[in-house]
Amino acid sequence: MSKSPVQPVLDRRTLLRLAGAAALGGVPLAAKASGPGPVATKARIVIAGGGAAGLAVAARLSRLVTGATITVVDRRKEHFYQPGFTLVAAGLKPAGYVVSSTAEYIPAGVTLVEERVAEFDPEGNKVVTESGQALPYDFLVVATGLQLDYAAIEGMDTALIGRDGIGSVYAGPEAAEATWREMSRFADTGGVGLFLRPNTEMKCAGAPLKYTFITDDYLRRRGNRAKAELVYAANNKSLFSVPIVSEKVRMLFQDRGVKVAYDHVMTAIDPGRKVATFKTPDGPAEIKYDFVNVIPPMRAPEAVRNSPLGWRQGPWAADGWMEVDKATLRHMRYPNVFGVGDVAGVPKGKTAASVKWQVPVAVDHLVASLAGQTATSVYNGYTSCPLITRLGRAMLVEFDYQNNLTPSFPGVIAPLEELWITWVMKTMALKPTYIAMLRGQA
Amino acid sequence: MKDLDPLVFYVVFSEMLGPLLWVLALLAVGGLIAFAAVLRCDGGLVSKRLVRSELIGILGGFAALALMAWVTLSGFSDAGGPVDWLLIGVIWGIGLVGTTILAYTAQGLWDRYHGKACARAD
Repeated sequence: MSKSPVQPVLDRRTLLRLAGAAALGGVPLAAKASGPGPVATKARIVIAGGGAAGLAVAARLSRLVTGATITVVDRRKEHFYQPGFTLVAAGLKPAGYVVSSTAEYIPAGVTLVEERVAEFDPEGNKVVTESGQALPYDFLVVATGLQLDYAAIEGMDTALIGRDGIGSVYAGPEAAEATWREMSRFADTGGVGLFLRPNTEMKCAGAPLKYTFITDDYLRRRGNRAKAELVYAANNKSLFSVPIVSEKVRMLFQDRGVKVAYDHVMTAIDPGRKVATFKTPDGPAEIKYDFVNVIPPMRAPEAVRNSPLGWRQGPWAADGWMEVDKATLRHMRYPNVFGVGDVAGVPKGKTAASVKWQVPVAVDHLVASLAGQTATSVYNGYTSCPLITRLGRAMLVEFDYQNNLTPSFPGVIAPLEELWITWVMKTMALKPTYIAMLRGQA
Repeated sequence: MKDLDPLVFYVVFSEMLGPLLWVLALLAVGGLIAFAAVLRCDGGLVSKRLVRSELIGILGGFAALALMAWVTLSGFSDAGGPVDWLLIGVIWGIGLVGTTILAYTAQGLWDRYHGKACARAD
């Protein structure tokens, strides 16, 4: 991943702006000192996005403040458990395994507006929905997630997923299931299996690797590995942003006979000829495929990209990721705005695990602001990836902003070992932990 | 997984098992109480019954492993390191001990139900 730009902590000017914004919005900054018990406030808090991050923020906030008007804005009625998409695309779980409803996680007292945010106006302290409804706020939490930009790949359309060897695990539950059907057919026939990742920030950068390993395993189980060639097209010169993990994956790919094409960024697909085109340092290169797991470029949603909330310079400016302090998730220029989850322009982690550790920090700082105090909690970039290396085994990779491995069970569960216990955690414990997070219980 | 809080464990298990968590907890507590009652009645362990229960317990250990494999979509060749074998041992052990206690208790209660007096433990 890209290196981190310099991100100062909250300075005096920012604090003054925060105080100003709060005063203009009529927020009783020192309504009640934060400490035991919820903070009493009349603040209007808008949460843009009702995915994992938005719901977790809503749940946590509703426990820590009283009297506030909390509004979640999200058009999608369904909630997707995205860490389960890989299991669906591996034929291990049905599409229904990852689908529930947003409404069932909305805490009591929190309002859900089932609309898309069309405009962010941080100068005017309001968001505007697609129907033109203006929602003024004293504090805004942006948790809109990201946009899968399939249109950026010439010839690609989500309607192609599940046909003629084209899969794409990320596009949704049905797409994940359709991807499984195509991959399973490929595991029966063999040919060239093509895997890749985009040259942008992306959610769960381990997922493309996992799916390569899973496909390899299915080919072996069906006795067709010799009939197949697996190619992984890496967007740069590494396989994972954490060097020690990248090296481990390189060794595993070598062991499994997966060929790696470095510096290959997919630009086009020709479904008729079954050829994918890549941008490489030596010019365009074509790779024929019999099965391909297309992963599109990922960007901040359009409304965020068109707003003043994104980075104005540096590696995250082009795709509109939010300019937030990587330690507090507070916006660098609008101190009453926070960005959590995929949309945050921070060096690591667009995963549910990131959300789990970002949300308490962002909420802590928000609640402290409501109480007229300053929070000290810090998000160190922790994220985790149960990197499946075959059906039944995974590596529990946990790391932080500095590419340190941060194992939860040092000496017991080795982070770079392919273990059944990690697979057990992935299949049994992860979804309940995730749901508990949405409910603000974990 | 940065901080391991017992309450989080409870919440996760509750989310994982739903009402079954309480059924299992009640089964465990009820089984132990009934086991204690049978022990008290007999004045100790009845060897013959214990051996029979242990044999059933061995099968119970394997049943626990089979259940775990089913729930986690796993096969029998997935263990990859020492901690996996430890986990397999723990699961098998829990199945063994749980099934042994339940089998012993069930036999004791069966005897009472059929009007047999408390056995005299030797």
